[in-house]
Amino acid sequence: MADPTDRSDSQSDVTKADPASRREAGVVDNPWRALRDFTDARIGLGRAGVSLPTDEMLAFQLAHAQARDAVHLPLDVDSLCDGLNDIVDSAGGDGTTEPLRLHSQASDRITYLQRPDLGRRLDDASHKALGDGADAAQKTCDLAIVVVDGLSSRAVQAHAAPFVKALASALAQDAEHWALARLCVVEQGRVAIGDEIGALLNARAVLVLIGERPGLSSPDSLGLYLTWNPKPGTTDALRNCISNVRPAGLQLDEASRRALYLLREARRLELSGVKLKDRSDSNVIEHDSEPGNFLIS
Amino acid sequence: MSGTYRYTLGDRTYRFAHLAEVMAKASPARSGDRLAGVIAESAEERVVAQMVLAELPLKTFLNEALVAYEDDEITRLIVDDHDASAFETIAHLTVGDFRNWLLSDDSTPEVLEKLRPGITPEMAAAVSKIMRNQDLILVARKCRVTTAFRSTIGLAGHMSTRLQPNHPTDDTTGIAASILDGLLYGNGDAVIGINPATDNVAQSVKLMRLLDEVICKYEIPTQSCVLTHVTNTMEAIEQGAPVDLVFQSIGGTEATNSSFGFGLKDLAEAESAAQSLGRGTVGNNVMYFETGQGSSLSADAHHGLDQQTCEARAYAVARKFKPLLVNTVVGFIGPEYLFDGKEIIRAGLEDHFCGKLLGVPMGCDVCYTNHAEADQNDMDNLLTLLGVAGCNFIMGIPGSDDIMLNYQTTSFHDALYARRALDLRLAPEFEAWLERMQIMRDADRHVLHEQMPPSFARSLENLPGGADHG
Repeated sequence: MADPTDRSDSQSDVTKADPASRREAGVVDNPWRALRDFTDARIGLGRAGVSLPTDEMLAFQLAHAQARDAVHLPLDVDSLCDGLNDIVDSAGGDGTTEPLRLHSQASDRITYLQRPDLGRRLDDASHKALGDGADAAQKTCDLAIVVVDGLSSRAVQAHAAPFVKALASALAQDAEHWALARLCVVEQGRVAIGDEIGALLNARAVLVLIGERPGLSSPDSLGLYLTWNPKPGTTDALRNCISNVRPAGLQLDEASRRALYLLREARRLELSGVKLKDRSDSNVIEHDSEPGNFLIS
Repeated sequence: MSGTYRYTLGDRTYRFAHLAEVMAKASPARSGDRLAGVIAESAEERVVAQMVLAELPLKTFLNEALVAYEDDEITRLIVDDHDASAFETIAHLTVGDFRNWLLSDDSTPEVLEKLRPGITPEMAAAVSKIMRNQDLILVARKCRVTTAFRSTIGLAGHMSTRLQPNHPTDDTTGIAASILDGLLYGNGDAVIGINPATDNVAQSVKLMRLLDEVICKYEIPTQSCVLTHVTNTMEAIEQGAPVDLVFQSIGGTEATNSSFGFGLKDLAEAESAAQSLGRGTVGNNVMYFETGQGSSLSADAHHGLDQQTCEARAYAVARKFKPLLVNTVVGFIGPEYLFDGKEIIRAGLEDHFCGKLLGVPMGCDVCYTNHAEADQNDMDNLLTLLGVAGCNFIMGIPGSDDIMLNYQTTSFHDALYARRALDLRLAPEFEAWLERMQIMRDADRHVLHEQMPPSFARSLENLPGGADHG
């Protein structure tokens, strides 16, 4: 599958100037640029005097613009909900498969950015909507999946539906039955808003999918936060996190595999957080088994 | 001792319940103080609080602790280490007088240096709140704080850089590639310092050895640091790792530092352990601290103080341990503490001023995150202002993009811009090395060689297929 988010190639194609005309205009190229095969760092950019060459300066501006858009472009909730429809059969038994639309107490993005406390709480209408739902259901479920815009609407827009699809299908095939709550989509939310939602839905666990703070090279990172026994006031030490979920980072199917592992373990141990260790990844990070590298060999 | 502070303006009387409220409300506006609920309620109230502050005798801060002596080891450090005889010079001044005196021709660099042990962080914070940006720059410029290990940092007319070759998986070839890039752009005279992606002792020791080998092989007059927790570095020293500098993030209240997992005792032990290794050649300042406004509130450890006052108190911790380097990581914490370029720039200048006035070898991580209302132009402005103010060092990374920490700071190119625009030189030992290695062609005019330096060209040939790249 072509990866529309791969930063390095698509962007440098857009802005890369002709090498000959660069040199003619006085740009000094760096022969060590070949080392970019070994790192995503912006090394060997060359220089005009001591300053950035035009193409590299614009490549940076583009990356920053994309990261800014990821923060500020609002989530297209209609299209997201279309994508999420029909994936989850809620345990409520009312037959609806449409996601529930919720909003935090942060009324807009500027408030959201300055008041993280407001992004952790549901507004009155959302609280009421959930309260009514719980009354009708009166039934405990095993898991509530909550999709939150967070700091990257782009991550949520692109990756939330395929991830939920992958995870829902894995849960359906699991040896244990997983009763799922109705899917929730939250605008202007932070991770901890899942605690309030999970509690109102009588969920034994909540999994929050949230857009992570965009990096210059990763405007579309999704974060997954698992909390057992969610209730307002839960601290971050009681959560497990899977980070950097995106096509150029942790692949969706791998993320789903890890999430399933954590969900099973949380259910078995009846807890989440620091006492629940992610051992799903047997490939412990180990680098460069060779004795040295080019600088010191 | 603590009473109500009043000020009558026209037919309205403003009241402030205590000194902490005067300090907080006198602070130039920023989102973190709003989040904490300590910000002035109107622009007028802010200036009134500044007027109240200006009339307060400096002695007030010796009589009235903002965080109780019994509750906080940093307050005890500030009070117990205060030098009353050094304070004599300014003992009769109010905060407003202090601003005038700092700007006057009487306060020469020599006078200011002698005064340092008589100034408390709260006095520095107070006077900074009634200073404009140009005041913060002009006075900081008079405060030289020079330190040394293998290079000398903080001389007048000089600015150094920390080469920051972070990599998201600590891949040693990736790290080496960024180190090479930085050195060939003339960066790294303050330190080559890595934030490890995997923060444990084994990983840190591995990175310490890598940096040590690079510094030894090319005989670079600089020092290394792996920015891991102080207790990890202590373990590394016990294991015989080549530790130049001990790193720790520090805050301005004991509760902040407890949340970071250390106390003053740990820093004292670390300083003496690192000094005992005797690895410095031109000096033996062995500590590296990072700070930043908002850390105390973030740890719910701010005791109702404004974030800039908490930050200034962190410099009391820093100066106790004679660090080589201290920098505020000014825009890293995010827009809930410093919302936009204007707030980040103001905070950067305040932190640099307060640190320098107290005798801290202050640098700045001129930086921002993508959810802050800031961009490269704001960083250009702050870098230029700090260059004029005499900032000891800034960060240097490839193309401003930290691919591990996901934020933007100053690039190798940015440092060269500041050198040329403001005629700022490198640490002398490092500058001589750059010329010897044929990296720098003309240090007076800040001109690099165009050809690949021979020794590094040979290193590139070690790459698979590397002969083609030389």
